[in-house]
Amino acid sequence: MPIQIKMPALSPTMEEGTLAKWLVKVGDKVSSGDIMAEIETDKATMEFEAVDEGTVVAIEVAEGTEGVKVGTVIATIAGEDDGDAAPAAAAVSAPAPAPVAPMPAPVAAPAAAPVAAAPAPAPAPVAAAGDRIVASPLAKRIASEKGIDLGTVTGSGPHGRIIKADLDVAAPKAAVAAPAAVPAPVAAPVAAPAAAPFSTDIPHEAVKLSSMRKTIARRLTEAKATVPHYYLTVDISLDKLLKLRAELNAALAGEGVKLSVNDLLIKALGKALMLAPDANVSFAGDNLIRYSRADIAVAVSIPGGLITPIVTGADVKSISAIQKDMADLAARAKAGKLAPHEYQGGTASLSNLGMFGIKQFVAVINPPQGMIMAIGAGEKRPYVIDDALGIATVMSATGSFDHRAIDGAEGAQLMQAFKTLVEAPLALVA
Amino acid sequence: MADQYDLLVLGSGPGGYVAAIRGAQLGLKVGIVERELLGGICLNWGCIPTKALLRSAEVFNQMKHAASYGLAADNIRADIDAVVKRSRGVAKQLNQGVTHLMRKNKITVHMGTGVIKGAGQVEVTGEKGTEVLSAKHVIVATGARARDLPFAKADGDRIWTYRHAMVPPAMPTKLLVIGSGAIGIEFASFYNDMGADVTVVEMMDRIVPVEDADVSAFLEKSLTKQGITILTGAGVESIATSAAGVKAKIKGKDGNSAEHDFSHVIVAVGIVPNTENIGLEALGVAAERGIIAIDGYGRTNVPGVWAIGDVTPGPWLAHKASHEGVIAAEAIAQALGNTEVHPHPMDRLNIPGCTYCHPQVASVGLTEAKAKEAGHEVKVGTFPFIGNGKAIALGEAEGFIKTVFDAQTGELLGAHMIGAEVTELIQGYVVGKTLETTEAELMHTVFAHPTLSEMMHESVLAAYGRALHI
Repeated sequence: MPIQIKMPALSPTMEEGTLAKWLVKVGDKVSSGDIMAEIETDKATMEFEAVDEGTVVAIEVAEGTEGVKVGTVIATIAGEDDGDAAPAAAAVSAPAPAPVAPMPAPVAAPAAAPVAAAPAPAPAPVAAAGDRIVASPLAKRIASEKGIDLGTVTGSGPHGRIIKADLDVAAPKAAVAAPAAVPAPVAAPVAAPAAAPFSTDIPHEAVKLSSMRKTIARRLTEAKATVPHYYLTVDISLDKLLKLRAELNAALAGEGVKLSVNDLLIKALGKALMLAPDANVSFAGDNLIRYSRADIAVAVSIPGGLITPIVTGADVKSISAIQKDMADLAARAKAGKLAPHEYQGGTASLSNLGMFGIKQFVAVINPPQGMIMAIGAGEKRPYVIDDALGIATVMSATGSFDHRAIDGAEGAQLMQAFKTLVEAPLALVA
Repeated sequence: MADQYDLLVLGSGPGGYVAAIRGAQLGLKVGIVERELLGGICLNWGCIPTKALLRSAEVFNQMKHAASYGLAADNIRADIDAVVKRSRGVAKQLNQGVTHLMRKNKITVHMGTGVIKGAGQVEVTGEKGTEVLSAKHVIVATGARARDLPFAKADGDRIWTYRHAMVPPAMPTKLLVIGSGAIGIEFASFYNDMGADVTVVEMMDRIVPVEDADVSAFLEKSLTKQGITILTGAGVESIATSAAGVKAKIKGKDGNSAEHDFSHVIVAVGIVPNTENIGLEALGVAAERGIIAIDGYGRTNVPGVWAIGDVTPGPWLAHKASHEGVIAAEAIAQALGNTEVHPHPMDRLNIPGCTYCHPQVASVGLTEAKAKEAGHEVKVGTFPFIGNGKAIALGEAEGFIKTVFDAQTGELLGAHMIGAEVTELIQGYVVGKTLETTEAELMHTVFAHPTLSEMMHESVLAAYGRALHI
């Protein structure tokens, strides 16, 4: 029986994608798990695996095609019982409707599987028991039929009410286990304005926006327009942390592990979030989501934009495990090969521009996260040590907080915990 | 130079003036440009004055049937001039109401014809001369006008548009109505009630073609019984006017053409958006056949230029224009930094439509056929007026209410009604649909007795085989 292969939804918000490359051609035999194509979404290039066994009898969408809508038939394969390929191909082009294969679930599955390396702590509880979830009757019924946990869905209706449209893109329960606990609202309250003709006399070239750049524009505009930010800055002495890092690296040299300052700061932020849990939260309409795990999204600059791969369970992971995660995530981020669950979600973000000598900056929150920590350069500054003016390596860290979810004192407690952990860093290895 | 306005609205119809008020409520500095009458077509030459006419027809109709209510009314007659005069009075009262609303909301009214000259620049030419206004955002709400038939250009004498039909120079004796949409059917119903011999010609195979097929069939039967001649699948091929009247060549369903004599013709074959000569082409505003392309919030492709109402894709209804006006004004306030407003994009499936003929027609959402076309497995319930106590007491036992549900999810996909007062009933379903109710909530709702609305309940119950009074 010929099977229609459709453009998969590789992330909850994906509506269309670019068919970057075909790795099979007509006549190739494929079996479950074989990589058939590379598909570029707004965030990453992903490998598209075959789900069924059979022979490719038709490639319906040429490689390089942009804007292929989810659900479009991109290829047809003939199952094993179809005999040889040629008649199957004929059968497909015949008007008789070919049985439509359901959206290939296993393709979505890799996104849903927990990160193999992660110690897989219990999924963050997204809504305390008894909390009322505001959803339309229709949304409730569809959710119960599709097995979607409404506590994981952000509503786009009035006052965050969950409506049918929010579920059309929400993943079924299996996918919820991924750290992407609170998918971003589907209908962005601030839609990017339609393309406008731009005119200028200044010599220029117009560079077409990549889908990543469009997503960045939309998400950050939305964040700045809808999230009430406030900012808290602390100066933190790094000397003890630098010393600890040198000792750890010396001790780990045999294993070929080299920890960066950033790896230690990821750990410190993860741990600080657990010490100041009021700041490890998301604002979700009528609910406040309190996370019981700290997943740190780390801003990584990549060609054409930036992406925020997530170190899950940074509060419990060892620093060397964080280093390994980051090396792997950053490399794959630069290659555009991250799976959606590896960059969507997270409970807080960390952005470090210290390597550029930036003394201090404020970052834009990445909703639905409640905070982002902006790390400036560590530099030798006059510093009061034991009531005497001395010289210390000091950095300025600035937290941006969502005031809807985190009040000033709660944010300040996080900053204080972070400072304490960095200045007395042995707690990071305890 | 600072902009004079945050928001300037072109056109003061039900889309434009509502957008202006919403903008003013949100603290924007708002101006509005109107070339003719505040309130636009709707309340001066459309929805409202026609309802005044139809009310006269309804009362007249009831007087004619006084005996069936145990009352005597002898020598009754209609005075078309007085009926029209009442209709104009109603329009005038509302026009003054809009003037008051503009003043109350501190919206500056510029009387004249506006042309967008560039980004945020609008030139207004009025009786007092020409002035150039500047605004951060401009909403185009210039509405639409009746579509002409090339061979039957309206002259106001024998060949009328809706506008002539509202202030007729003479009472037609034998009237041809071309087109059976809401406007055509309403005038057919009005003039029939007033005593004219009316013929309706519709190209499609049924009248009120946007409605559910069951409603079309029921209405055709009812209007025929009232004496209206209905020709579906038919087209008018030519019109010739003379001092004596109008000769129309009509090609019938059977393919044969024949000439018919009429005293007057009403052309009601749709509308054309008023998007010419207001500077949109020069700005590069994307449009297809004059209809401006917008997103769910009314944005055009040109930043700072928005469009609502009849200049945008249909349905072309006043309440749709008003709602779009609210959404656009909120989106503009948001763009100007207001973080308190959260506009939601327009959902076209939740816009009700009403036709005020006798019997009335009202609907929302998908027809049964459209629901099936969209791939829904449906559950359909129908309940007739004859099974409702209030309807019988009113002497209005004609009509039905039909509901269409998705069999799997219980989503209310559409509701279709024909009969007395259904234009007032439909809103119950619209609220339910907007709240995304399923059949369960509608079944759990208590409906007052005795009311026509009980039929809405029964129709839902009928869809699930649970109707009580049938």
